[in-house]
Amino acid sequence: MADERIKHVTMPKWGLSMKTGRITEWLAEEGETVSQGADLADIDTDKIVGTLESPEEGVLRRIVADVGAEIPVGATIALFAPPDVPDAEIDAEVAAAREKLASGELEEVAGPTVATVEVDGRPLAYATLGDGEEVVVLVHGYGGDKNSWLFVQEKLAEGRTVHALDLPGHGESAKDVGDGGLDELARAVIGFLDTVGVPRAHLVGHSLGGAVVTAVAAAAPDRVRSLTLVAPAGFGTEVDGEYLRVFASAASRRELKPQLGKLFADENLATRQLADDLLRYKRLDGVDAALDKLVKTLLDGETQAIDAASLLGSTSVPTVVVWGREDRVLPVANAAAVGERAEVRYVDGAGHMVHMENPGAVRDAVEEAVRRG
Amino acid sequence: MARTISYREAINEALAQEMERDERVIVMGEDNAGGAGSPGDEDAWGGVLGVTKGLYHRFPGRVLDTPISESAFIGAAIGAATAGMRPVAELMFIDFMGVCFDQIFNQAAKFRYMFGGKAVTPVVIRTMYGAGLRAAAQHSQALYPVFTHIPGLKVAVPSSPYEAKGLLTQAIRDDDPVIFCEHKALYDTTGEVPEEQYVIPFGEANVVRDGGDVTVVAIGRMVSVALAAADELAGAGVQCEVIDPRTTSPLDTDTILESVESTGRLVVVDESTPRCNLATDISATVAQQAFGALRAPIEMVTAPHTPVPFAGNLEDLYIPDAQRVVNAVKSVTSWER
Repeated sequence: MADERIKHVTMPKWGLSMKTGRITEWLAEEGETVSQGADLADIDTDKIVGTLESPEEGVLRRIVADVGAEIPVGATIALFAPPDVPDAEIDAEVAAAREKLASGELEEVAGPTVATVEVDGRPLAYATLGDGEEVVVLVHGYGGDKNSWLFVQEKLAEGRTVHALDLPGHGESAKDVGDGGLDELARAVIGFLDTVGVPRAHLVGHSLGGAVVTAVAAAAPDRVRSLTLVAPAGFGTEVDGEYLRVFASAASRRELKPQLGKLFADENLATRQLADDLLRYKRLDGVDAALDKLVKTLLDGETQAIDAASLLGSTSVPTVVVWGREDRVLPVANAAAVGERAEVRYVDGAGHMVHMENPGAVRDAVEEAVRRG
Repeated sequence: MARTISYREAINEALAQEMERDERVIVMGEDNAGGAGSPGDEDAWGGVLGVTKGLYHRFPGRVLDTPISESAFIGAAIGAATAGMRPVAELMFIDFMGVCFDQIFNQAAKFRYMFGGKAVTPVVIRTMYGAGLRAAAQHSQALYPVFTHIPGLKVAVPSSPYEAKGLLTQAIRDDDPVIFCEHKALYDTTGEVPEEQYVIPFGEANVVRDGGDVTVVAIGRMVSVALAAADELAGAGVQCEVIDPRTTSPLDTDTILESVESTGRLVVVDESTPRCNLATDISATVAQQAFGALRAPIEMVTAPHTPVPFAGNLEDLYIPDAQRVVNAVKSVTSWER
């Protein structure tokens, strides 16, 4: 009988499609005492490299997964145990874990549940994790989808219900965006809340999604408990118009990839897989037309065309704003437009995709907004 | 929503969705209906390997059985295309194309050019190619280079279910004649395919795997062979960049050249016979346009210059396999002046 004090750390499931991961670097050593939430390992999901925060507190007794090996989701990658657990027991546990891996009998790791609701005759897809009375809704940006919250959703779902939505025109939702205006998108989010039966929710929006959830708060403040805005559109005027336009028009990896580098402080995060996944999305019927309309919503020549700042000013919903200092799509100078209305948290070493480059900062901001809501 | 379906199902779905979307799309070929509609027959054969199964009853009057006369029905399809339909004709085996070369080469391929762009011929000829099914010399050839050679034709050689659906949808919407080459050994392979419709543009290669040591260009079924070789080579520390051109005409030479410029080495894997095939064509293009980047002679892995043997053991040797690709890659990585 294995010692119950031995705790397994397993390969996490980051995102719907992740089946295996590869440790690129261990950030703690065997024998080291690790606190819960401390960086434990960098893991390559094939789409992006993320940092696994330690789910356990205590002594990292054994690293089971070698750097570079392809490990299935749910397989043991490390063991934690108090120092007085004998090495022989740890060895036995490692052997058992390896046997289990070899037998292929890993427990299914429950990833998010994907469902579809019909809002105004338009199917909207969403991925849900967790089960709690408190509801958080995550709304991605232009060209993104529900999967972009892969490093954020799981942690937020402890004790809560967290829905990651596909806006119209995106992911697995209908590709019809109507007039593509902010109001239309905000109505889709309110319709989503109505249809899934959520009277009030904490809303989190990135980029275009930030402007959308702000518009929701302005239109229906009684439905919104708090707002977390991650590099939101509609604040200030600065924007990389070329990024938006080329993203909409690019038909090949060669055209798209140089633009994707602009999303991150570390351009290496714009991987081939990311470009391929986006091209697969862009090839779907109707996506071209949807993106063209959204570009018109977002851009007026080389400046931003929407004004979410005054929408935010019209509500008193508790709000936290997060911005990457190295944002090249919506430069951080735009944050000045938030003014005194809300706390702005600046994140060093992060570009536009703050929730991918520093998911911890985004989670903290959401926790703070939820506390205030 | 993407789900896992077979290459056969992906092709069937592309046909069904395009027929749903555009009433000008019709399907015709030998045994596409296969007796359906006559007393006692509930469902259609759906062609010799069942690719068009289920379409006959779903689209009444738009799935046509043809006589065993390729000359006649390919000509009819091309004629219908010039008259405004969007026919998808199934020519059972690519090996039988010879009897309708005039219709394809001298008519369909030439109309747009000879009528100064005022005529289009939006016909798709779906056809099976490739060895491995013990179907002998007259039913096993990989003849896509023959069509690649003809200006005015487009040629798609899908390597996976995702490629099959997206390229066939593009082929049907394309205003030019397209020869759509399906490898019969791929029909039961599976992969993730979106339920929604999408198109993969012609002339855009897919970089299936990144690697810095050797560029491996592979066509159709050979993509999976190249990937198996790349897996094995990665274990030995050699990283292959595997490129699937997806269409041989138009050919995305830019992606191939860019890759060779970074790796300095090229191996082309082509199931067709070695004279005037894709391997020689791509090798010549690279030798001409990226000579300065090459650090070793180009290697070609192809079938031998013989008919496809009927004896199973000989047929197995005929088809390029992962071991031959591994050997070719090792020869270019170990080459010294």
